[in-house]
Amino acid sequence: MAQGAVAVDTQYDYDIVKKFAIAALFWGVLGMTAGTYIAAELAFPFLNFDMAEISFGRLRPGHTSMVIFGFGGNALFATSYYVVQRTSQARLWNGGLANFTFWGWQAALAIGVIGYLNGITDGKEYAEFPWYVDILIAVVWVAYFLVFVQTLRRRSQPHIYVANWFYLAFILATAILHIFRNLAVPVGLFHPESYSVYAGVQDAMVQWWYGHNAVGFFLTAAFLGMMYYFVPKQAGRPIYSYRLSIIHFWALSFMYMWVGGHHLHWTALPDWTSSLAAAFSIMLLMPSWGGMINGIMTLSGAWEKLRTDPIMLFLITALSFYGMSTFEGPMMSLKSVNALSHYTDWTVGHVHSGALGWVAMISFGSFYHLIPRLWDTRMWSTSLIYVHFWLATIGIVLYIAAMWVSGIGQGLMLRAFDDYGNLAYTFIETVQFMHWPLVVRMLGGMFFVSGILVMCFNVAMTIRAAKQEQAALQGAMAAKVARAGA
Amino acid sequence: MKFTHESIEINAGLMIVLTLLAISIGGLVEIVPLYYINDTVEKVEGVRPYTPLEQRGRDIYIREGCYTCHSQMVRPFRDEDMRYGHYSLAAESKYDHPFQWGSKRTGPDLARVGGKYSNTWHVQHLNSPRDVVPESIMPNYPWLLKNDLDYSDIAARMRALRIVGVPYSDTDEEYQANVEKFGAEMAAQFDIHQADRNLVAQAEKGNFDGDRSRLTEMDALVAYLQVLGTMVDFSKYDEGYFTEFR
Repeated sequence: MAQGAVAVDTQYDYDIVKKFAIAALFWGVLGMTAGTYIAAELAFPFLNFDMAEISFGRLRPGHTSMVIFGFGGNALFATSYYVVQRTSQARLWNGGLANFTFWGWQAALAIGVIGYLNGITDGKEYAEFPWYVDILIAVVWVAYFLVFVQTLRRRSQPHIYVANWFYLAFILATAILHIFRNLAVPVGLFHPESYSVYAGVQDAMVQWWYGHNAVGFFLTAAFLGMMYYFVPKQAGRPIYSYRLSIIHFWALSFMYMWVGGHHLHWTALPDWTSSLAAAFSIMLLMPSWGGMINGIMTLSGAWEKLRTDPIMLFLITALSFYGMSTFEGPMMSLKSVNALSHYTDWTVGHVHSGALGWVAMISFGSFYHLIPRLWDTRMWSTSLIYVHFWLATIGIVLYIAAMWVSGIGQGLMLRAFDDYGNLAYTFIETVQFMHWPLVVRMLGGMFFVSGILVMCFNVAMTIRAAKQEQAALQGAMAAKVARAGA
Repeated sequence: MKFTHESIEINAGLMIVLTLLAISIGGLVEIVPLYYINDTVEKVEGVRPYTPLEQRGRDIYIREGCYTCHSQMVRPFRDEDMRYGHYSLAAESKYDHPFQWGSKRTGPDLARVGGKYSNTWHVQHLNSPRDVVPESIMPNYPWLLKNDLDYSDIAARMRALRIVGVPYSDTDEEYQANVEKFGAEMAAQFDIHQADRNLVAQAEKGNFDGDRSRLTEMDALVAYLQVLGTMVDFSKYDEGYFTEFR
């Protein structure tokens, strides 16, 4: 047993995976707490406390960056470095460069988020990092690409496993999106601000080409890569359909890039662009569900695992939320639905059913599989995994339901007319109406944050126990060696 | 040799090339034509770059993340027309780097807020929104009145904007071109060499924050808010004219 562990340790670079996994949880707690706090600010505005640094407008980019790039990004680094090694049966290429991706990524996040609180932002949603952080990210990303591809080239069998296709597409697409969205002219060499090279309608289209594909490749394709490794592993069964994975991989990669314009329905973007985007959005349902079906059907014949294995519960629930939000998305991209849903909390709810339901749940499930293997032990408490699952699920349901009420409600109120053809409600009346849904949303966030805190505790105890086990084992070994020597 | 998917699966280089191809097409088809199709941006008079003071206000608007709660894009619906005014044109944000159309209305749209409220109202509202709208959930922005406006870098800002395509003038030729296009008074405002003086003069004349003795961030932000949506005179155009561009 001990010898096997040593062999695995030398065959694979687990240290870097461990670091990224812990960083993911660290940023996850910070980012989700910030999210809950800004949710509370909307329900109870006195919580802004007249402090510029924590006012909603500055903290909100902090929340989105910390959860997307901090939690999601680090989880993707961790799992992709793990999966590419395991499926290639090769050690990670260039540990030094991999280490650079770790510290570079954390530095980018820290500099960026602290900057937001001090008012340094590009003002482009999900691309708010200032230009010098953008450059750091670009360098880290090139290093990431090299480490990943060079490790892939060390693989001991001819085929590249499907999970790696998705990780690769994510790395390539993110590079393109990041570079073209952030092209800007700095005010000065030592000035934090810059102006986008694009203006007005073109800037808007570049923004949502970027913004939606940050969702498509960062938060979907990459996490599908995670799914393609951890679901079959945890289920102990091969992936349901290899052919389906081929078709939906290429369809997803091709189609996602067309749909960004649906964020700009009824705006000054020309109709041809947003109509084209809507058409592709509807078609995108098929490759999205291809992934969901492939994941869920992998469990066919082993459904009883849902009763006995809380990790499976996380993974399958994640896929279910993925299926639901990829149905909701195309529906919201219909122009008539979008006319009501756009600019309201419905969009916020939709994003979170994807972000919490899919991205976070698949990451939690994968981590519960990954962490005991990294530290060569088992999870400290299985019951706490169940506790986490229910806290998270209740949190998501409260969140989404509240946002449906708030979003659809506000949408309907804003377009209501009285008998004389005047507007039935003022804007501020819709704000009043949203108070209770906003309170419930905040509660949902609190549930979700408590869930990840339970996970952190469980992980900390697991690592502690693993260290104790290994120390005891080493003590026993040393004693044995000493006896043999005597 | 027969080409199967296996050929891609065993060749990382080929997979990279084909993936790049697959992900490039959509963006190219939807973005590049927006620069070449002439009807993308309406031909309309009145839209001009921001004055130095307004531009500083816009920088503060972005710094405070106003776009996380306010859109600047009125859609062509009856309720939005009644609530906010004429729907927004692409031309109206053609000098906006970056655009601020937004994606969420936790507060109302601001595309046509210019001129709707007095300067005094804006100052009170930004300082303490619930003093004027008790049900508001907007944060207070008391520091806008406390902070002196830093305009030491205004010329550098205008130079950067000039590089990305805003017609601020650095040479006599550019200045003359602006005189023809925007008139002498505005052309002077867009002259990078007079930026500091213009900024101070507009703030003193406008007295946006109600305190003539100081030039604050509030001055700049209110100057920016007051110009939003006011550049195009819609009474000059037939209602049907703009639909030609949609």
